[in-house]
Amino acid sequence: MSNNTAQKQPELVQLLTPEGELRRHPDYPIDISAEEMRGLYRDLVLVRRVDTEAVALQRQGELGLWASLLGQEAAQIGSGRALRPGDMAFPSYREHGVAWCRGIRPRQLLSMFRGVSNGGWDPHEYGFHLYSIVIASQTLHATGYAMGVQRDGALGADGTAVICYFGDGATSQGDTSEAFNFAAVNNAPVVFFCQNNQWAISEPPERQARVPLYRRAAGFGFPGVRIDGNDVLASLAVTRAALQHAREGQGPMLIEAFTYRMGAHTTNDDPSRYRVSAELEEWRSKDPIERVRTHLTNEGIADDAFFAEVDAEAESIGERVRRECRELPDPDPLDIFHEVYAEPNGHIDRQRADFADYLASFEDADAEGVR
Amino acid sequence: MTTNLTIGKAINAGLRRAMESDPKVLVMGEDVGKLGGVFRITDQLYKDFGADRVIDTPLAESGIIGTAIGLALRGYRPVCEIQFDGFFFPAANQTFTQLAKVRRRSAGAVTVPVVLRIPYGGGIGAVEHHSESPEAYFAHTAGLRVVTVANAVDAYWMIQQAIASDDPVVFFEPKRRYYDKADVDTTADLGSAAPMHTARVARPGQDATLLAYGPMVKTALQAAQADTEHDIEVIDLRSLAPVDYDTITESVRRTGRLVIAHEAPVSHGVGAEIAARVTESCFYHLEAPVIRVGAFDTPYPQSRLEEHYLPDLDRVLDGVDRAFTF
Ligand SMILES: Cc1ncc(C[n+]2csc(CCOP(=O)(O)OP(=O)(O)O)c2C)c(N)n1
Ligand SMILES: [Mg+2]
Repeated sequence: MSNNTAQKQPELVQLLTPEGELRRHPDYPIDISAEEMRGLYRDLVLVRRVDTEAVALQRQGELGLWASLLGQEAAQIGSGRALRPGDMAFPSYREHGVAWCRGIRPRQLLSMFRGVSNGGWDPHEYGFHLYSIVIASQTLHATGYAMGVQRDGALGADGTAVICYFGDGATSQGDTSEAFNFAAVNNAPVVFFCQNNQWAISEPPERQARVPLYRRAAGFGFPGVRIDGNDVLASLAVTRAALQHAREGQGPMLIEAFTYRMGAHTTNDDPSRYRVSAELEEWRSKDPIERVRTHLTNEGIADDAFFAEVDAEAESIGERVRRECRELPDPDPLDIFHEVYAEPNGHIDRQRADFADYLASFEDADAEGVR
Repeated sequence: MTTNLTIGKAINAGLRRAMESDPKVLVMGEDVGKLGGVFRITDQLYKDFGADRVIDTPLAESGIIGTAIGLALRGYRPVCEIQFDGFFFPAANQTFTQLAKVRRRSAGAVTVPVVLRIPYGGGIGAVEHHSESPEAYFAHTAGLRVVTVANAVDAYWMIQQAIASDDPVVFFEPKRRYYDKADVDTTADLGSAAPMHTARVARPGQDATLLAYGPMVKTALQAAQADTEHDIEVIDLRSLAPVDYDTITESVRRTGRLVIAHEAPVSHGVGAEIAARVTESCFYHLEAPVIRVGAFDTPYPQSRLEEHYLPDLDRVLDGVDRAFTF
């Protein structure tokens, strides 16, 4: 019952090699200033630092859980920086790099993983929807949102585009296929951005699909492309092109960012049970940050002072994240009853009042020295 | 011969025994193979039974239950793991419109002996969708049998009974109690175990009946212990559909009081149904209305609030106290 179809890996779009050399691609020309290049480097380093800090905070018991983005920084920063302010992103739960690009502060993400909120940011304020834990559910939301953009007549060169993030595992869900199909038949302005990090917890992509994931798009009638997910320039250029394609009314596109989950699935996971370290070593040599640094150095775009400055900034962000995480207040118990409904609901109001009385009864008892 | 097992290990041992005694038994789900499941309930089964019998499925719950139905039609007995309570819902269609109804649609010509294993309940400090108690949806659906366990002995036997049943069985596992231990006689016959759909008196008493199931049985026993003023009888329900009303009514007719505790929200819950039935059948024996203790009618909150949301020892004791104010 093995799957013997030749798994020759297809070409992927790469604009910056692991050795830090620029490559030209006929379909995805990129014109990037030295300053933008340094900015991308800074983003990559800082989000990795936030991520490392979050893993440490979980180990120290400050967070209940953390899903690390280690190894996926380039896929997220490149695509995140391709977005315009009015665009809308629908993340899964590992998109801390995209969140960074959209202006979500690390502490807002930490508050969810600490268990003091369920997210709680206003998606419209940031053009970044709430994290979605139920795999693939957001693919349909992104598609519907894009259908709304279309109906608003908000397309055109300066129009709005939507991007949806999901993993290799998520491509197996019915929701994903339905989203692809709804997007296709409606020609909706949505870019499907799949980070194929080679794992869905313990399952490799062979357990999810028999064809390279980007080829799924063809069956639904829209273009799909595989990029080097560890190449921030490929991610930036291809996402920018796909967003433009969408905003100009040419419909959806699928981008498969071929990358690797360098960490555990989450801090609860033990990957030594299902994967070999040789694979990790191989991917380490394709590190998304190292190649940008090499490029900046070789081209003389950045000097030691710049790198030292970014490192110092990373350290201070690390410290700030640690402090802000510890300072996150526990919510009030009565918060349980908040924002369940938009309209008044007497039943919930009564339960809330009863619970407030119940809590107060302990305070009274404490005051009297009983219990 | 008895072995000291956790609930998790007891389910694992029960699965292994079922797979050894019937080659048609399959295990399927996300990460159940090499990883042994995120809670390690299928640990080592992949190694010992191979990829044909322990199937790491694509990440699609509707696919898992839908193909399990097909496998069952072909004579297999699939045991499907749903990774967490909150991730069952993509499979709702296959479960409620197909799994529960295929037999009757065929006028009895086919059986679909599929088991759904669902780790459920809160108290583990998890992010959203990992702490829910959705059992009422299943108990409300004709065609499904619904059971849950509170200790390792029941875990070992009831998973085997669920697999042996010719009906679809939804098997709820109390994830925060996975590490609770008990001595299990793993050499006894399956036939010697109490029938799957019977409730069990976990602690005899005279003054009030406290009924719980799954993760709340431990809390109920603690409450009975803590209440030094009353002699509380604790019933471990075990089967949510069908419910063993004989055991319940026998107890309530003796004690005159019934308190039902579960983690799920109170409204429209399993406790609501039992309260209504007991009120009908024991009306003249009741000294007080049936009291329900459960979660609020709100979504499961962020984990830093779960200790307030879940009915704990104090809330159960408060419920018992209320039963004595009449
Ligand atoms: C509907 C649903 N089923 C199961 C899960 C449990 N789960 C969480 S993450 C995950 C694997 C996801 O893999 P992938 O889509 O590749 O994303 P990655 O975690 O690699 O970023 C699973 C099975 C879930 N969150 N939602
Ligand atoms: Mg993945």
